[in-house]
Parts: sequence; C-alpha cells; structure tokens
Amino acid sequence: MMQIMEGSHAVAEAAKLCRPEVVSAYPITPQTHIVERLAEMVADGELDAEYLCVESELSALSVCLGSSAAGSRVYSATSSQGGLMLMAEVVFNVAGMRQPIVMSIANRALGAPLSIWNDQQDSISLRDAGWFHLYGEDVQEMTDQHFIAYKAAEQHDVLLPGFVCFDGFILSHTYEPVDIPTQEEIDAFLPPYVPYNKLDAKAPISMGMYAPPPDYYMEFRHETDQALQRAGAAISAAGKEFGEMFGRDYSGHTESYRMDDADVAFVALGSLCGTVKDAIDEMRADGIKAGLVKIRTFRPFPATEIARALAGVPKVAVLEKNISLGSAMKGAVGPEVKDAVTGTGIDVYSYVLGLGGRDIRKKDIRAIAALAEKGVGNTFYGLRTEVL
Amino acid sequence: MVDKSLELFDCGHRACGGCGPALLARLILKGTGENVIVVASTGCMEVFSTPYPETAWKVPWIHSLFENAAAVASGVEASLKHNNRTEKVVCICGDGATFDIGMLCISGAFERGHDITYICYDNEAYMNTGIQRSGATPYDASTTTSPAGRLSTGNSLPKKDLPPQILNAHGASYVATASVAYPMDVMKKVEKAVNTPGACYIQVHTPPCSTGWGGFDGSKTIEIAKQAIECGLWVNYEMENGELTAAKKVRRIPVETYLKAQKRFRHLFKPQAVTEEIAKIQAIADANAKKYGIDIERNE
Amino acid sequence: MALRIGCAAAPGRAQDNKTGSWRVFMPVVDMEKCILCGTCVLICPETAVSDKDGQILFDLDFCKGCGVCARECRAEAITMIQEEK
Repeated sequence: MMQIMEGSHAVAEAAKLCRPEVVSAYPITPQTHIVERLAEMVADGELDAEYLCVESELSALSVCLGSSAAGSRVYSATSSQGGLMLMAEVVFNVAGMRQPIVMSIANRALGAPLSIWNDQQDSISLRDAGWFHLYGEDVQEMTDQHFIAYKAAEQHDVLLPGFVCFDGFILSHTYEPVDIPTQEEIDAFLPPYVPYNKLDAKAPISMGMYAPPPDYYMEFRHETDQALQRAGAAISAAGKEFGEMFGRDYSGHTESYRMDDADVAFVALGSLCGTVKDAIDEMRADGIKAGLVKIRTFRPFPATEIARALAGVPKVAVLEKNISLGSAMKGAVGPEVKDAVTGTGIDVYSYVLGLGGRDIRKKDIRAIAALAEKGVGNTFYGLRTEVL
Repeated sequence: MVDKSLELFDCGHRACGGCGPALLARLILKGTGENVIVVASTGCMEVFSTPYPETAWKVPWIHSLFENAAAVASGVEASLKHNNRTEKVVCICGDGATFDIGMLCISGAFERGHDITYICYDNEAYMNTGIQRSGATPYDASTTTSPAGRLSTGNSLPKKDLPPQILNAHGASYVATASVAYPMDVMKKVEKAVNTPGACYIQVHTPPCSTGWGGFDGSKTIEIAKQAIECGLWVNYEMENGELTAAKKVRRIPVETYLKAQKRFRHLFKPQAVTEEIAKIQAIADANAKKYGIDIERNE
Repeated sequence: MALRIGCAAAPGRAQDNKTGSWRVFMPVVDMEKCILCGTCVLICPETAVSDKDGQILFDLDFCKGCGVCARECRAEAITMIQEEK
C-alpha cells in the first residue's frame, strides 16, 4: 500500500516484514529512527523478536552473529563512526563465518573532523569485507532492497551478509511516497530462514575454527570470494522475482538513464542519482548528450554490466561521495570503473564531491560534465578555495 | 582401550603437556553436560583445540573474535530463548579476553542479564602471544611486557579484582572463583552456574601455564595451583545474589613457597631476596585472607 | 576434502593428531599400590587415562607424558619412565 513515510520508518517496516527473530542495534546518527521504530514495534507487539539494546556497535553485530549462528534470521542497522567502524572487525568476521546477516547502513561521513552528515565513506571503506553492498536511490528502492538482500544472502550457494546502504538524512530522514508490501506478500517472496548449519546440541559442530597456516586460510578466503561472486546472480534473480511480484524490477546491478548516444556518462551511487537524472534532462534539453549509469550493487562489482552500459561513451565521470586518501584517482569507485572498461579507450575520471553533507546541485553535475569533456578529473570538486 | 565415550572434550588437541586450560575444558564440559553451546574468545584454548578441521569440542562451539564472546553468547542466548531451546550457553575465555579487551561486551551482557555462564580461564597473562601482561597478571610478575629489570620488579600493578568489584557489581546471579587444583569443585561450580538463571561468572585459576610461568615442569600444574590457594594469593569463593556465601579455608603457607617455584618471580629471590617486595605480596595475601576469612584458626 | 563453509567442522577429527608422539616419559602404574581413587583419570588434560574393571589404562596414542598423574597420585603408584622409542 502506498504511504507517505520517513525513509527510516520505511526501512523499519521492511525489516519487520522480513520477520527477524533477533534485532540488535546501537543508536547512531542518522540510523536512530530505524532502531527506535523497531523498538516501538517490539514494545507494541507488532514484531515478535528479541530486541537487544546493546552497549556498543561491536556488540550489536556480535550479537547478530551469535543469533545467526544459532539459526535465527537477524537484523541490525548502523552508520559511520562509533557505528560501522567500531564493528568493523566483526564485519569481516561475519563474512568469513558465512552468516547471512542483513544490515542497513545510513551512510555518513567519517571523522576527523566530526561530521554527522552524509557521504558514503563508511560503507565504501568496508568494501573488502566480504559483504554484498546494495545502494538505494530513493526510499522505495532502499526499502525493497531489504527483501532482496535477505533472499539473496540466505541462498545456500551464497550464505553471505549484505549491506543495504542509503544516504543518511537525505534518504533516512526524508518523507517520500513508498509502497510497503503486505506481510502475506513478503511471506510469499521470502520464505523462513533455513540455516545451512547452526549451533545445535543435537548435531554439534565447531564454527569459526582456527585455520592453521599455511594449509587452509587461502582456500577459505577463495571460497568467500567465490560465494560473493555468486551473490551477484542471487541478487539479480531475487530482484527479478521481486519485480515479477511487485512490479519493481531490480534484476540489474546497474540502471542506465538516457545512455543512448551519450557523449559523457556519469557513474554514481545512491540518492545523488536523482539529482544527476534531473541535471541530465536539462543538459539534454540544451543539447549536451549526457547519461547516467547508476550502480545499485557495488559488491560484487558488476564490471561486465558496467562495461556494457558504458560501451562507446568517450568520457565517464565517476561521482564519488568518498575519498580513498592517497590514491591516484582519489575516489574508490573510479578505479574499478576504469578497470571494467580497460582497453576500450574510454576515459574515466573520478570527482570527489559532497563529502560531509556538502550539497550537490544540478549545476555541479553540469560543471563536472564540462571538466570530463576537457579531460580534467581525479580531483576534488567544489572545494571552498577561499578557506584553504 | 581408554573409554572416552563420556568425554566431551576430545584428545588430540595441541595444548602443552600438563596444560591447566586443557584440563579445565574437560572439567567444564563435565559440569555442563552435553546440552550446551560454548562460545570461545580468541586465545590459547581456542587455537590448541580447533585447528581446522580437528576440533576437540564434541559440543556446539563457536569462536568469533578476541573481545566479543560475551556479545556473541548474548546473541546465541537470544536465539535460543526465542525458539524455546534448552541448551545452556557458556563462554570460555582467557584472562586477557576477560579482564582487558572483552570488558565492554561483558559489561553489556551482564547488565542485560542474559542466561549465560561466563568462565574465565585465568593463567594471568597473554600466553597465546608470548606471555604479555594482562589485567590479571599479579603484582611483580615478570612478563614480556612487564619485565623485571634494573629499575623494575616486574608488573607494577596489582591483579584486577574483577569478580567482586565488577561482575558482582553488575548484579550477576552467581560469581565464583575456582582452581584446576580442585577439579570436583570446578565441576560443581560450573553445574551450579549453568543451572542458575541469569548471567553467572566463574573465574578459574588455571595455573600454571608451565610455558608462561616457567621454572617448573608440566607435572606440577596442580601442585602449584594448590600452593596459590594455600598461600592466600588465590581464594576460591562463591557469591550468590551479591553476598559472599563460601570461601575455601586454608592453613596458610608463606607466599615465598609459591613464588619461589616460578620463573616469573625469580627476580625477587635472585641474586638476592627483595624482601620489601616479597613483603608487599605477602600483604596482598594477608588482605585476601582477612577479606574472605580463609584462615583456619588454631582451635578449628 | 571439501572445506566446510565458514571454517566449521564436525567433531571427530581431533584424534587424527596423535599427541603421544610428543612424549619423552611414559606413565607406568603399579596396581599393587593403586587404590583406584580415580584422581589420575580426572586430572589428565588429555583424557588419556581411564579406570576400567579395576585396571588403570593409559592411552599412549595421546598421553603427552606430562606426568601430572604421577605427581598427583597419592598412593605413589604411577612412575614416569624414559621411553624407548
């Protein structure tokens, strides 16, 4: 049913509809409205789950790991420092232990200096942890991605955790019309969780053993990578099935917008894509042939799909709400896009923008297109040079 | 053939000969029985008992990280509770994981009052990484990060008084100390803890780590552990709902007897006795004796 | 052998590791002195001692020769002897 709802509350509704048995979280701006809403749902008996109000993010995900290992579907949400970064060690661990945990990330900048506002540094920084990463553009998409994430994560040829990322405040605190499926519909889409193995006194196993070097460690890492590659197909299949049931298709890891005959293409993740689409419409009206390839699945990285989408486009501008400090291209996404189109002669540039909540306007997108046309890139965009 | 059908901790593990924690693992599982899920921290016991694929654990066992066992156990317990399952949840973690790096997760788990039993095997230093000091290292013990030297008599801080000052203060249902020197007592306390609702804590002295403490061979594990109790530097006691309910009484021996046998205290005796420091350690034992009332009076 | 997902394994393989090979001294029991108190069975960190039908048995596949049993035997019935290998 279509409702006007705050992004965080829509995410909480989605989490509830997935019937987690254990919810464990620590309040961290801008994720707080999600966990507050879930706490209300448990308090009101709307959600039959154990809600663990833990003392830190380290514990939040550790609790989820324990519950998942014991056979429960679990949910958590987090953000940034204090949050995702404090649980970083567990993030890696959960993937290695192959627990299909789904966690929402309300994207936020990392200090220092302190900023509570949005960029995507937090989740991007954990791109190597073994989780799949989904990025939502609007409240509807990020809501739907939770259902898809659980479905994909729990496939026995995947068994990996996943982030559902969405821009903090910009999406988490924005009211938008959103179609929330019914419980019956989600039950039909997402069956109860069937663990591949679990902690059970009737059939004991040891989980998370020590891999004595040099015999097994590399093979386990290889297996996790293979599983994450397979997660791509599972996400796509779940996205397709979701589309068939609900009319919103998410079978693609990317989404192309006005890419036909484009001379310059933007690549972006998250809410920024809305602004970019509007800017493209205006640019097209002015005769500038621009297009967008939105990345919906950042891990596993959909290199083939991106290469196909960018084929024949001379200039590509990757809009980065992150910075890989000290790297040549500056952004973390750019090098992967560049790698995807290597040998094609396409020029790929990164533009670091919007850090710490700096506003990104349509005219900025247009200016970046001009920079890309001139071959100027791999740079910060929009610095206040007067304070430097 | 040796009958191992009733044993839940398998042989073939890679602990040193005479290892106190290895013995403790056996004893704990005798106390819990098979309807248990064990949550381990990173540490010596985890490494020597689970080199893939040779697990020594015949009960469900999980290891995640060094510092998060209490939180993982909280999650396991929440899942069991939600599904009306009956397994007991037991953490088994070393003193570094407990006294130092895991304190945050322990505090949260005990505050929330999960129905778990947290057992610390206390060998008084980070043994797995090469005998570095922890908050459980006793005063004046020489470790690789608190070495005795020209200006140092070893670890400059007293052993953190964790069970009463921190766990009991969190409202733990049951807090106890035990020692591998008294195996039946360990088993009894474990059984009591797992059958007591709420968060329970047992700290078991698993001396000596013959590797980490040095100066004696593995056969003296239990002998040295007994001396720790007899001199008053380790006290076996129980606290139920906040009150001290039992403490093992002893006819005390001087702390020298216990200290002298161990390489980690050798600097207090060679090249000559550092009487002032030994007196300080004796004072710690005397204070323990007074606090817990462990001295057997002449007429008893 | 296929890897088990998440570095997990079922029990049963620990006994592949025959720790008896570490041993230098082996325990020998004098049943004339043994009072069958069970202490050696209880305190063996290797689960390598059992008492069955009035006999004390050492599992030399796993006994590391630490000698805790001999030291704690109140009847002094166990001695550790250098092993001929």
